[in-house]
Amino acid sequence: MMFDRPLLRFVPRGTKINFMRGRFIGLATSAVLSIASLILFFHPGLTLGLDFRGGIVVEARTQGPADFNVIRAALAAQHVSAAGVQSFGGPDDVLIRLDTPPDSEPDHEARTQAMVDSVRHAIATLPGAQVLRADAVGASVSKELFRNGMLALGISLLMILAYIWFRFEWEFAVSAVVTLVLDLTKAIGFLVITHFEFDLVMVAAILTILGYSTNDKVVVYDRVRENLRKYRTMPLAELIDLSINETLSRTLGTSCTVFLAALPLALFGGASLSGFAWVMLFGIVVGTSSSIFIAAPLLLLMGEKRLRRDARPPARS
Amino acid sequence: MMYYSRLRMASVIGVCLVGLALCLPNFIRQPSPALPWRQIHLGLDLRGGSYLLLQVDMASVTADRLRGLQDETRQTLLKAGLGYRNLATGPHDVTFTPRTPDEAQPDLKALRAMPMNAPGEFQVEQGEGGQIAITLSADAARQRAYDAVTQSIEIVRRRIDATGAIDPEITRQGEDRIIVELPGISDPERVKNLLGTTAKMTFHLVADSAIGSAVPPAGVEMLPMSDGQGTLPVFSHVDVDGADLTNASASIDPQGGEWAVNFTFDSTGAQEFGDVTRANVGKRFAIVLDNKVIEAPVIRTAITGGNGQITGGFSAQQATDIALLLRAGALPAPLNVIEQRSIGPSLGADSIRAGGYSLAAGFVLVIAFMALFYGRFGWYANIALLANLVLMTAILSLFEATLTLPGMAGMLLTLGMAVDANILINERIREEVARGRSALQAMQAGFERATATIVDSNATALLAHVMLFVFGTGPVRGFALTITIGIVTTLFTTLLLSRMLMVRWYARTRPSTLPV
Repeated sequence: MMFDRPLLRFVPRGTKINFMRGRFIGLATSAVLSIASLILFFHPGLTLGLDFRGGIVVEARTQGPADFNVIRAALAAQHVSAAGVQSFGGPDDVLIRLDTPPDSEPDHEARTQAMVDSVRHAIATLPGAQVLRADAVGASVSKELFRNGMLALGISLLMILAYIWFRFEWEFAVSAVVTLVLDLTKAIGFLVITHFEFDLVMVAAILTILGYSTNDKVVVYDRVRENLRKYRTMPLAELIDLSINETLSRTLGTSCTVFLAALPLALFGGASLSGFAWVMLFGIVVGTSSSIFIAAPLLLLMGEKRLRRDARPPARS
Repeated sequence: MMYYSRLRMASVIGVCLVGLALCLPNFIRQPSPALPWRQIHLGLDLRGGSYLLLQVDMASVTADRLRGLQDETRQTLLKAGLGYRNLATGPHDVTFTPRTPDEAQPDLKALRAMPMNAPGEFQVEQGEGGQIAITLSADAARQRAYDAVTQSIEIVRRRIDATGAIDPEITRQGEDRIIVELPGISDPERVKNLLGTTAKMTFHLVADSAIGSAVPPAGVEMLPMSDGQGTLPVFSHVDVDGADLTNASASIDPQGGEWAVNFTFDSTGAQEFGDVTRANVGKRFAIVLDNKVIEAPVIRTAITGGNGQITGGFSAQQATDIALLLRAGALPAPLNVIEQRSIGPSLGADSIRAGGYSLAAGFVLVIAFMALFYGRFGWYANIALLANLVLMTAILSLFEATLTLPGMAGMLLTLGMAVDANILINERIREEVARGRSALQAMQAGFERATATIVDSNATALLAHVMLFVFGTGPVRGFALTITIGIVTTLFTTLLLSRMLMVRWYARTRPSTLPV
């Protein structure tokens, strides 16, 4: 039967790659990338999206290629000074950004709303133009959204730590969370370099890649734990290598399917989803490699003495 | 592990069939109104529409209550024949100095007898300097704020319903916020304006003599007409306050056949209204709503009974709207729009198309991958994947959940992650085969060992996304919800359905080697 047997095989059977020998290279590369990301985070910093920055963004579609001068003139006629008028997506699409009045001023919320309406009126004066999207986020709301986003991120990390601690031993939990934090810094560096706007949807994307990365680590750890019971005398480095090799086929297989699922979204998902999907793709690569090159070496460093001692059979037997 | 009873098989298949049935409402019309018909709603980002986040101006709620309290204090003291100096309102209290120190005790006694809106609403205490303070309690303030939001929601709902908006969603958020979602209304300007009015209604006489003059004389204001058609000069003095209305309705005036708004004043309003209208028959009386003139009808007769009628050549709609605004009453506090998001219908359609195609493409890629790399068992995983999609849709329909763009991304990711469980099982079986186990033993060991890993890895993902749902806002919640549901359906389809398919296949063919 044609579909009975697999046509392709991902990883040759019974690999014996000595991953732990390269553990310092892995950790060093990760450290360099994470430090670079941190530098990027402080300078030039993340491009904050509307959710976290506050302000007004109006997307409009004009009839025929957009003429920025005409648009600026229409805005000026409504007494609106745009902070930026730029194209995005197709040639017919324009993006108009406005800064909202600072929240120290009275009536700033009402004025923000009036500005949105003025932009709408300005676009209505252009023949055939239509507003695709108009968003206005006040300064107080944006601060709050940012706080909630960070809270969600922090609590998720803590919950993951608690769960792994509960299911495994503390060396596993700590090395997993340290690895996740390193993954997180790299994702932030990626956002800085790519200029994707950091907004609520990106927080969701980052949480998802953290979830995925955790998932990947749990699978490797699970095998390490199983092998700790099975091979009581094997040195930890060898045992971790064995575990990684045994799960390598699964690790790469799953990464591939998730990658394939997210790829069309990155390529054709439209402006609002492609940024999300690119972060996902990046996170899949980082999360998969960090399981092997960072989480495992960290576990080796922390557990070299303890885990083996614990696993040793009782002295009497 | 390797045996599925008929009952177990029937229930697994049954769940899938029920799931399929629950998906139907999303694709076909309701055949009979008797059938429960729940379906997924499209989020505003997919169908177009507006989202408004309103904040109730709590400071003004407290300020209003303090103003009332100050008034009551004055009247209570006057009635008791007591005096006061420096009567003032602070941020949370009303303070005054007794006329003489001797009056302090009678003051306290009189003021403590004032009616409260809620038990323990305020405390009356004498401070060190002899000053008496009437302080609002924090609990009562919170209660009042809560009531103000509740009342605002009611008024917002009535006003929005009056605009004819379809399926508006009005919900409370946090302590002092209201979310208004208006599907299909991509330009919320009208609604915003309607909600932006506190609907503080006052009645003023029109200064006909000042019509046409460029600069209004003293005591006269030029107020804009609410329909934007020019301005009207009215006397600044408020003759009657609309807060004194108790009811209003629209009807056809039996005499003139015109649409009219009937209203009823309470006793204070009736008295004032009677006096003003008696003295000004034939003149125009402006109904002013938040400093805009709604209408300026001519006073036909003196209105003394507390019941009145405004006839101003209204259309049915106008009459109904005015009656509604009068009846709905003023908002207890101004509402500020602090967040607005509106999406035009064409962008929504674009998003559905782009999201839909990506979803389909991702799905096809995953299916092809599984088929190529895992053969027969890969196809079983694909069947489970399809069932997973069906069950997710079913549960989302059952919840009448709102599908947003991030939610669609969540579904796609779930499908990508869902095969992980199948891959884990398959890889494990391969390993066991490589160790020289028989087909039966390999499958048994594969299921057994992989299950623990699958539960562990899904539990962590579940935790992360439940947190995201709890602490997230807006689109993030939709995303977290779909993934959370997806994890549950994934566990069902992989641990029960795809395993069942594999076991049935084994029982049917009894192969000596496995297609792995």
